[in-house]
Order: sequence, then C-alpha cells, then structure tokens
Amino acid sequence: MTIAPERTTTTAPPTEVPAGAPGPAIGRAVDRVDGLAKATGTARFSAEYPIPGLTHAVLVHAPIARGRITALDTTVAEAHPGVVLVLTHHNAPRLTPPPARMNPMDLSTMAAGSTIPFLNTDEVHVDGQPVAAVVAETLEAAQYAASLVRVEYLEVTPTGDFDAELGNSTPVRSMPVMPPTGGKRGDARAAYGRSPVQVDLAFSTPQHNHNALEPHATTAEWDGDRLTVYEGCQNIDWTQKYLAKRFGISAGDVHVVAKFVGGAFGGKSKVWAATLIACMAAKVAQRPVRLALTREGVYRTVGGRTPTRQRVAIGASASGHMEALIHEVTSRKGRVGGEADQVVACSLDLYDAATILAEQRIVELDLMPNTAMRAPGEAQGSFAVESAVDELAVVLGLDPVDLRLRNQPGERSPVHGTRYSHRRLAQTLERGRDLFGWADRPAPGTRDGKDLVGWGVAAAIHPSWEFIANVQLTVDATGGVTLACAFHEMGMGTATVVGQMVADCLDVPLERVTAVYGDSDLPMGPGAGGSGQTASLAASIERACRAMRKRLDSLSDRVGMPDGSDPGEVLSRAGEGSLTVEVGADSGPRATWGQVRFLSKMVLDSRRWMKAATGAHFCEVRVDADTGELRVTRWTSVFDVGRVVNPKTTHSQLRGGIVMGLGLAMGEETLIDTRSARIMNPSLAEYHVPVHADVPHLDIHTLDDPDPQMPLGILGAGEVGIVGVGAAVANAVRHATGRRVTDLPLTLDRIVG
Amino acid sequence: MREAGKGAGAEPREDDVPDLATLSGAGLVSGLRKGDAVTVQSRTTPAVSFTLNGAPIEVAVEAGVSLLDLLRERLDLTGTKKGCNQGACGVCTVLVDGRRVLGCLTLVAQLDAREVTTIEGVGTPEQPHDLQRAFIGADGFQCGYCTSGQICSALGMLRELADGVPSAVAEHVAAQPGSSELEMRERMSGNLCRCGAYNGIVDAIAAYADAAGGHR
Repeated sequence: MTIAPERTTTTAPPTEVPAGAPGPAIGRAVDRVDGLAKATGTARFSAEYPIPGLTHAVLVHAPIARGRITALDTTVAEAHPGVVLVLTHHNAPRLTPPPARMNPMDLSTMAAGSTIPFLNTDEVHVDGQPVAAVVAETLEAAQYAASLVRVEYLEVTPTGDFDAELGNSTPVRSMPVMPPTGGKRGDARAAYGRSPVQVDLAFSTPQHNHNALEPHATTAEWDGDRLTVYEGCQNIDWTQKYLAKRFGISAGDVHVVAKFVGGAFGGKSKVWAATLIACMAAKVAQRPVRLALTREGVYRTVGGRTPTRQRVAIGASASGHMEALIHEVTSRKGRVGGEADQVVACSLDLYDAATILAEQRIVELDLMPNTAMRAPGEAQGSFAVESAVDELAVVLGLDPVDLRLRNQPGERSPVHGTRYSHRRLAQTLERGRDLFGWADRPAPGTRDGKDLVGWGVAAAIHPSWEFIANVQLTVDATGGVTLACAFHEMGMGTATVVGQMVADCLDVPLERVTAVYGDSDLPMGPGAGGSGQTASLAASIERACRAMRKRLDSLSDRVGMPDGSDPGEVLSRAGEGSLTVEVGADSGPRATWGQVRFLSKMVLDSRRWMKAATGAHFCEVRVDADTGELRVTRWTSVFDVGRVVNPKTTHSQLRGGIVMGLGLAMGEETLIDTRSARIMNPSLAEYHVPVHADVPHLDIHTLDDPDPQMPLGILGAGEVGIVGVGAAVANAVRHATGRRVTDLPLTLDRIVG
Repeated sequence: MREAGKGAGAEPREDDVPDLATLSGAGLVSGLRKGDAVTVQSRTTPAVSFTLNGAPIEVAVEAGVSLLDLLRERLDLTGTKKGCNQGACGVCTVLVDGRRVLGCLTLVAQLDAREVTTIEGVGTPEQPHDLQRAFIGADGFQCGYCTSGQICSALGMLRELADGVPSAVAEHVAAQPGSSELEMRERMSGNLCRCGAYNGIVDAIAAYADAAGGHR
C-alpha cells in the first residue's frame, strides 16, 4: 500500500487517543486496496464471470399494475433460433412461498423484497412484474425472443395515486429495536397553540430510485442441489438464507459470491425477482444462466425510496427557544410489501423542544414495494424539519446557526431520555460556520450579475448501528495476516479499512494484512446497511486480535521470546505453520447464542444510549433571476462520524452522500402515472441524478473524535452525508430568492413560481 | 421447438431451424403449405476487421450486436461496463480512433478499419497508465463501476481540449478552451458516477494533465 498525498486530507489530528487501539495505520489516508483492479477494469462484477456453457436470460415485464394473465403464448419465442427455453408460471419450479413479513429472529425473511410468488402465479401485482423469462444462447437472441412472447391480461384498475389515498392511511407503530417512527414529549399540540411565534409548513418529497450504475445482475449455476450465485448484493447472509428457504435446500448448499458490487445504496439488500428467476431458469435449463437487468428492468422490479407528505409545525418563544415541535408524515408502501421509512426519526434528536410530537401514517398502493435507500427516512424527514427551522429563523430574525445552537439538547435524548454516548452536533455547526466564513453571509436577495446569491445551512443526524460479524483471523509463519469475513465492498472502502484496523489491533505493519471477503463460504459478515458495517467489523476484529495476541504471547513464552514479538517470528521459532482465531459461529448452538447475545446487547444498548453520527452543511447557491436555474457553487460540511479509520475513503463516502443529496435537492424524481400505477421515467435520461457539472468542490471536515460507546469509536459515515442536504440547498434558495420551496426537487418552475 | 439445453454453440445454426408446423401454427409466416421448402437465415454482417487494443481482430456477428456486447459477452473484455444500454450514463465509454464513443450505441458493423481502445488497452495492473494511477491517488471512484468509462472519457476529453473543441461553458466557440475545473466538469458530464466521486475524478484528471505538462 502507498501513502496518499496529503492534499485530499483535511482532517484535524485526533484530539484524544484512547489506550489500546489506534496505531500507525488507523487514521492514515491510504489508497484503496482494490484501487488498481477498479482503475484497470480487471475487477469482475457479478455479470462478468466467464462460465462455460453460459446462457442469457431476458425478462418479459407485465405492462399492467394489477390483474391476471388470461393467455400466454411462447411458441414463437421458443422457435426463435438460439432460444433454450421460455420460463413462465406454467413451467417454472414451484418454490416455497415468500414469507408474509419480516422477522428479525429468522434472517431468511429479511431479504424478501415483496410477497409476490414470481412465476408461481398468474396474478399481476405491480407494473413491470416479470411474467416470463427467455433463456437463449446469446444475449441478442434472448432480447429479441422476449419481444415475441405474447401475453394477454385481465386488467383491474390499480390504486396508484398517493395523494388521493392519503385519507385511507393507517398509523405506523414503532417496533422495538427498529428505528423510531414516532415519539412524544409533553403536549405539543397545546404548547404549539400557546407559542408566540409559529411556523407551520407542508412538504412533499417524491419517490427516488437508487440507480446504482451496475444494474442488478445474477449469474446462477446449479450442481445437483447445490446453487452458486454471483450476485452483487449488500447482504450475502440474507441472500443465502432466503434462496435456501425458497428453493427448499440448506443454506450450506447456496454459495453466494459478491466480490465487487457496482453501487447499491440500499437497493441490493433484498432479493428481488430477477435473482429468483435466474436461479429458477438455471434449474430448468440445467445450464448456467446470466440475468442482467436492463436499466428499465431495475426500475420496474426493485423498490425505490418512498415519497412523503409531511407537516412540520414549530412553536417558539420570541427569543428563539422551541416550545413545540410537531412532525407528521405519511409515506407509502406496496400492497405486496414494503415498510415505513423512519421519516420523523431526526426530529426526535435534532432539537431540545419543550414538547415534541412525531407521528407517521402509511398508505398501500399497487406499486413496487419501497425499500431502504441511503438514510431511509432521515433523508426526506431532514428536508422538512431543517427547512422549517430555517423558516423559523427568518420569522424570528435570528441567524439560523444561532437558532440551532440555542436549541441543542443536553446529555439526554429529549424524547427517549437515553443518554447521548457523545454529542458533537454543536461543534460541527460552530466549526462549519468558521470554515465557511458564515459571518460574511450576504444580505438576503443579494444580486451578482444575473444571479441571486444565497447561503444556506442545515444539520444532520444519523443513528449508529452494529450487527453480527463473524471473522476468522489467520497468521502464518511468513508474518502474513489474513482476515476472512463475508463482508461487502461496494465502494465504501471496507476492504481497505479492515486491513488498517487489523494492523493496529494486532500491532503488525499494514502491508502484511490481507482481507478476503464477499463470499458466503467465509464466516458470516454484517450486512452493508445502516452505516454499520465498519463498526460491526471493528468489534470482532478487536476481539480476534486480542485472542490472537494472547495465543501468540503464550507461544512466545514457550519459545522464550518476549511478549508482543513479531507474529511471523514467533510462529517460525515455534515451528507452527499458521495460527487461526475465530470470532462467532455461522451455525449450531454457538450461532444461536451469538444471535441471542447480539439482540440482547442491541436492546440494552438502545435503552441506555443514543449513538449517532452528526454534521452540519453550509452552502452557497446561485439562482438565475430570470430563469430560476439553480446552481450550487460552494459547499462545506463538518461531520462527527466518530473515529475516522481512513480519511480518504471516509471523505469519499461523505461526499457521496452529499452528492446523492444534491440529486434529491435538485433533480431526482420517479414519476408515477397515477392512473396506471406505472413509472413514467425508468431511465437515466429522464431520472436526473447529479452529473459532474452539478457538483462543486465539496469541502469535507471531520472532528475525528472517537465515540466512547462504539467499537474503536466508529459511528459510521455511509448515510449521515445525505441527511440535511435537501434543506441546506432549499434554505440557500430561500435566502437568495425569498421563496420557501417546500416540494422536492427544487426545479426551476418551483423556484420561479 | 428446441429442447432445453440442446446445443452449446453461441451462433444459431441452420439445423436450429424450427419446423414448419411451429412456424405456421404460430402464425409467424402465413401461406406456408406442408412440403414447402423453408430455410431460416439469421442475418449476419460480413466480417469486420479493426484494431482492438493494438492488435488486429476480425469478427463476424449479427448486425444488431453492439460494440459493448461484443466486448463483454464474446471477447471477455469486461472492463467496459454496461449501465443503461441507451447512451445516458457513459459507463461504456471507449476510444475509437482516439475519440470517446459509447460502446452501447456503436454497432460492431461500424468499426471496419477503426482503432478501438478499451480500458484494458489503456493500462494493465502490471503497467497502469498515469491517469489510472491518478484515479487511485485522488480516490476518483468508490464502487469502480463507472471508472473505466470515466478514464476513457477523460483521455478523449483532454484530446478535445487540445484540439480546441468548444464546450457549453466556452467563452467563445472560436477561442482555445482553457482547462479550468468548470470546463472539465462540463465536459465530463456525460459520465455519471452514482457513488458521487466527482471531486476525486476531476482532481485525478487535473493531476494527470498537470504532470503530463498538458492543458492546465
């Protein structure tokens, strides 16, 4: 590994260094271990494994959102040269039905993207549901033959209009351990009514789709009853257990390979239709099958981020102390699956309002079930609450940073009463204010040439999670150290930072450490979700390294070497080839025990501590006074993500969150035809993700202050970056133009009004 | 109708022809009678010869095969990625005669006598190109899926700058364009990066261009 140039590193040196953990590797901005493979195109993604005898599958999607297949003719498609078979509900293998709901004690249920029994039913539940798959010798033959499958439907009018269904919403109840979807402190409605200063705004956010640039792809191969799937996913364990359950085989007979994943952002946590169909097709064809979704196919068969309708009402004293904070949200799920995002969660912990009321409702529509997308809930909810707080500052005539600082909670979470493990949100605001030069904020509506210039600020918070991580640590006589775990590297830098953690925890040079990952044959890893993968791995790495050091020390005692000696030399002297330590177990009583211990720690922790990454965004926008064209021209963010293991990869992750937030702010919107319940813009030409020209230099800073309650002090950096970005931009637009835009995205028609 | 699993060859053959009953029964061809001679031909292009990563190559594939699918599915050159297959994301960008083109919108039939360079021809793990090194140093990627396209696009973009090709942010179409960050961001905007590594990508291109004594 090489040491990176310092220019991309703006992290301040750690202020405190707890005993035991960090050494020379942690905190260094080292290059990615997989950088060369990615930069030279030699990294193989799941549709890129050369498999002898491979066939290609292409899906046929239903063009209706609700109904039943009345006729299905595959003869022409089957006659097309090169076609191996056409899979439909007539000839597909019968699978064990999907679980009706998720159960955290049965991990095989966690991966169900919907309750639709794909190709095991003639009923259509969502637009784009696969009704057939053509398997052919070539991709071109499969593509063409898919157009030759004739399907007739009995069509039932779907329910697809979110706004029209708001009256049919039902309350969402918070589940234990899961993120909160509601909360209460005092009587907020009464307090709001009594408040001398009131702000009451309605907000809307549209559906978003993840749009990882690698479309979901599965390569499936059966060897008897053993299944191998090359599947770019972000939860190998759930995928393995889910496929095993559906196909009626044991988990050990499902081999999941996910070495490289071309982005996911939540969209590859679950098992969607195409994965199952690829495995079914391979079973029937008795040939390996590759099913790479088209971009449209991703939109139609993978859930997106729920749209929201929100109300935020804040009552305050004339001096700017919040007397009441009310956050009411309605989101949607599918009739065949999905769940509520934790949209109100950030309102429970951003401010110390004297009274708080947060409530969520949900409606069911005939649409693809929603799924988690980067900061699910916090991304949408923070837009509303941080916009409302900004508006309160305008009404009060207070600086929006001062208003936020004035209302920071003390040691305890206002609603839950749990203690903050450490809370540095105020410091991120103060530091960002200085770095951005907030004191020089121009007057509202300042004009520069044809542009109106505005500055905005917003705060961010995202809870920290920890999951089970089983790891195997091996030291060999050459001094090489190998960490084996089925974790996921989707670009977060995990494969790089685990090496840094092992190096310091075991006190060996970084160059000696190798990580193997992305394969279900390895010990079960944590899912890549909830910003929790690195912290989860850190806990197990610390344990494994402590155990390894103990065994090495007893070996060195035996051969008369001092404790802490070089592991390779100890093993050589002792005549041992290698030494292996395992933390956790994948099966048997030890696995059950691990699961119980994990869940009880999670419950106890959640009663005791509120652990979260926080941050503050500062930005400048320019709005063309005539056309309303919006440009973000300057950006500074300061984050508390706990300890930063690698500033280079951490800053990239935080930037990535902000860039996706710029998309949420300025362009991203999945358009639904409310009559047909069909996505109207299933393409990257019509769904506008940020491009190079939309993204200025993003100045990123971290406090690098370890959290005392998290493994190695790591709070997680994957999601906090996107939280608050929508509001920061909207608040800058308010400052530039005087218009409070409450509907995302901030397109020029809304800005011009 | 063919039986499942029959034949492993990639190209359809004459003996793959469906029987007449299937054809007429399915209404595919009307007016056919029992005993009529039927042959079904798959339309193929004549062989196309071009240079791929410095080596001559001749391929004969169906007319509908794109350069992208040729690379990925038939030549096992999977460094070129597929993101949308409709020219909207740029991840399949390769160089043809030094200019950046989208592999998904280029048919193999268009390549006669051309010079095609893919990421595998830009540099290798053993001998990476300086721009590839710069991407690693500046962390110009996260998942790595758009990276091949970004790198090929950047090489083509730097040549366009050198050739004085104007962009939407050019002061004047006839003026020699500069290579400000604004110019680079504008010119690289056909290459999406969902991980949001845009800052690192521009930093990498700038560092490479600076070191190469290029256009900054």
